[in-house]
Amino acid sequence: MTALSGQGLDGPGANPWRGLPQAVLAIIVVVIAARFAPAQGYYLNILMQAATYAIGVLGLVVVLGYCGQISIAQAAFFGIGAYAVALGTVDFHINFFVALFIGVALSGLCGLILGLGTLRLGGHYLGMITISFQQILTLVLTNWIEFTHGPDGVRNVARPSLFGFSFDDGNTYLALILAAAVMVTLFVWRLKTSRLGRAMQAVRDNELAASTCGINVYGTKVVAFGISAVLGAIGGGLFAGGFRYISPDQFAFGDSIVMLTMALLGGATSPFGALVGTVVLVLLPEWLRFLKQIYLAVYGASVILIMVFLPDGLWGFIDTRMRKRLKPFTDTVAPLPLLAQHGEATEEPVLVVEDLAKHFGGLKAVDGVNLIVRRGTVHALIGPNGSGKTTFINVVTGLYEATGGKITFVAQDITALAPHNRNRAGLARTYQNIRVFRGMTVLENVMIGAERPGNDVATNPRDVIARALAALDFVEMRHDAHRLVGDLSYGHQRYVEIARALASSPHTLLLDEPAAGLNLTEKVELGHLLKRLKGHGLTIMIIDHDMNLVEQVADHITVLNFGKRIADGKPDDVLSHPDVIAAYLGEPRKNEAA
Amino acid sequence: MSDFFQLIFQGLGIGAIYALVSLGFVLLIRAASVVNFGQGEFSMLGAYLLVVFFNILGLNYFFGIGLSVIIMAGFGLIFAYATYWPLRFRGGLPVIISTIGASIFLQNMVLWLYGPSTVPIDGLFDSDGFQIGEVFISSQYLAIIVIAAALVLLQYLIFEKTLLGKKLQATSQDKEMASLLGIPVVIMIMITFAYSAALGGLAGILVAPILFVSVGMAGIITLKAFAANIIGGYGSIPGAILGGLALGVAETLGANYISVPYKDAFAFLMLLAFLMVRPQGLFGEKISEKA
Repeated sequence: MTALSGQGLDGPGANPWRGLPQAVLAIIVVVIAARFAPAQGYYLNILMQAATYAIGVLGLVVVLGYCGQISIAQAAFFGIGAYAVALGTVDFHINFFVALFIGVALSGLCGLILGLGTLRLGGHYLGMITISFQQILTLVLTNWIEFTHGPDGVRNVARPSLFGFSFDDGNTYLALILAAAVMVTLFVWRLKTSRLGRAMQAVRDNELAASTCGINVYGTKVVAFGISAVLGAIGGGLFAGGFRYISPDQFAFGDSIVMLTMALLGGATSPFGALVGTVVLVLLPEWLRFLKQIYLAVYGASVILIMVFLPDGLWGFIDTRMRKRLKPFTDTVAPLPLLAQHGEATEEPVLVVEDLAKHFGGLKAVDGVNLIVRRGTVHALIGPNGSGKTTFINVVTGLYEATGGKITFVAQDITALAPHNRNRAGLARTYQNIRVFRGMTVLENVMIGAERPGNDVATNPRDVIARALAALDFVEMRHDAHRLVGDLSYGHQRYVEIARALASSPHTLLLDEPAAGLNLTEKVELGHLLKRLKGHGLTIMIIDHDMNLVEQVADHITVLNFGKRIADGKPDDVLSHPDVIAAYLGEPRKNEAA
Repeated sequence: MSDFFQLIFQGLGIGAIYALVSLGFVLLIRAASVVNFGQGEFSMLGAYLLVVFFNILGLNYFFGIGLSVIIMAGFGLIFAYATYWPLRFRGGLPVIISTIGASIFLQNMVLWLYGPSTVPIDGLFDSDGFQIGEVFISSQYLAIIVIAAALVLLQYLIFEKTLLGKKLQATSQDKEMASLLGIPVVIMIMITFAYSAALGGLAGILVAPILFVSVGMAGIITLKAFAANIIGGYGSIPGAILGGLALGVAETLGANYISVPYKDAFAFLMLLAFLMVRPQGLFGEKISEKA
């Protein structure tokens, strides 16, 4: 997690101290404020609640906001931390910080086990398993009376002392937890622009694309969920010390929902959103108390209204207005070293596919295909709709498991490798239906490509940014580096996707129908781009229906029909092959070319 | 052994309630991809409506049930308009949160109107039940099982044998294609919300004489219905029913033979086990995404 990069393009992102001065300043301010402010009783409690909840909600920012996985058990992890501190200090008389550490470790372990069990599955499964975990924990806390004190809860939880300095006084303890909240905020904020944070966001935006960008999707999700469990327990442990009394009903399903709502209302993709959301939702019921009995009803209604009118949360509302003020990037950049690792074209085989088969039940989508892609050539794979081209690419890149056959890439058998490991070996691809990371900027998208483990720049954040910019420059998208990919036109998104693949310095680039959905001008531009890539000696495999484009760039053509190879060879030979004309071109080529 | 059959019967009775609530869940998941955390509040409101009509206004019991269910159907439309409609293009999570907001709102409105006390209410029959051999058949549980079975049959007939049912199915399978074929998708989704709310209301009314009517009566039922939905197979109708029944029986047996305080844990332990071992549930499809 040393790989850091920022919003700026001149490399301040690589600054490991970024945000630290502000954080130190913030800590000094909150400590002084907490120490000397006349916060007593009621207000002290509100502040303690807000600060400790914020730490838990920051955990949700990581798992939900960054990584896109729904967790409905944050109050359970919060509770594990709280009970560890409470039982540890009251019943077992151990040091506060040791008890806190035990709680955090236990919570992280629970998170890992739950995550390892369900995160292989997509979508809502984590949400469901966390609901169960939440319910079971509540039942255990309530019913295991001899250990947890049951529904009566635990009283007289100790506050810590450190090197003889006691945090027993309310204001002093508040200063401690506020400082902790600031540090956790800094951590979560920095995480977002770290390599791991980018990987999480890539997983959130598009799991398949993330996996073919060298990201271990499953591992990333497990780590994100583990971090959220750890932060939940830290918040909970500090909460227990703050209120000195805890009971099972403080960590129930409803409280998990409240934390989830805090994250979403504030804006789950930013730590500042989490802070805003937490403070608002802690204060909102207090502000609404003048409404007496119906205040919680008004609170519920406000939740709906905020969801409807502030789609990106309170912070998202502010943030989108700030983003527009970022200047377009105009500095010059170094050229893209396309062949940095691979030397000149030698025509040696790079990708060798032998007897590859993929069956879906009785359907033989790919049926014993042989094919060799040679270094420095452009190899086109064509065929009618449903002939198995995209399935072929999906099997080669590992999204589908091969039913039979062997795939060798750069002299390594990759048939059984996971998609991210194939990318790490140097296989990059684009998708027929563009798969970019829509919630991230153009630059961040391409940085994910450049960070491919095994790439020559992957370990140095400064170089990653430089490489990403060079790739963007190559596709003439450098000026849009700061824009959100989701705001770009379809054609430009395709260029971002290609730049993402180029930035990873692939041994072979697989383009799945790059001309699909482009208008005529864009197709001409794409043709020029492909010729430039070919001129640089990049090894490319392209699928497309645009015969004009294929003829312009291809050195070698393979034709598929009904999952079988029906022709293979030099473009002229293949395109005049009678089977190809019958199956695909449909009529003599002279008329087709017109 | 008579104990065992007694427990099975009781489990099927409570399981039928889970099945009904779960069915309401599944229909919304299928029609609108909405995971409705306010589903339990439908049951709670249905029960309170019956309290108003029967306990307070003194109307005929069965007339009161009919009226409550009709009002719940109308309420389903309002619910859809407030929580689903403005957020329908924004993916699953915002709608989930807004249904949570609605659930908080509804619970607290009812709390404000009726206070926190638990209201007892009469069952469907004057007689408590009857004896078959050594097994006591509670008339309310028997009624729940029979009504649930009848509703499932009715729903099957509507879905499979009527044009409306075909349109509803088409909507749930592919909204875009359905709308291109001239099916009024919006109306279909609204019908589903109304039906889901009516179903939830009826489940609340049926369970009310057993659990009594309170603001929180449906909370745990909702979560278990949700668990039933996963155990049966996410989004599967037969799965929701079978999952509900299986859960009801398992937890009744578990509470009796293993542990009473942890009765509510069995549902969630079952859910955990299923998610780890067979995540697609009893009737679910294999999970995969197209590249």
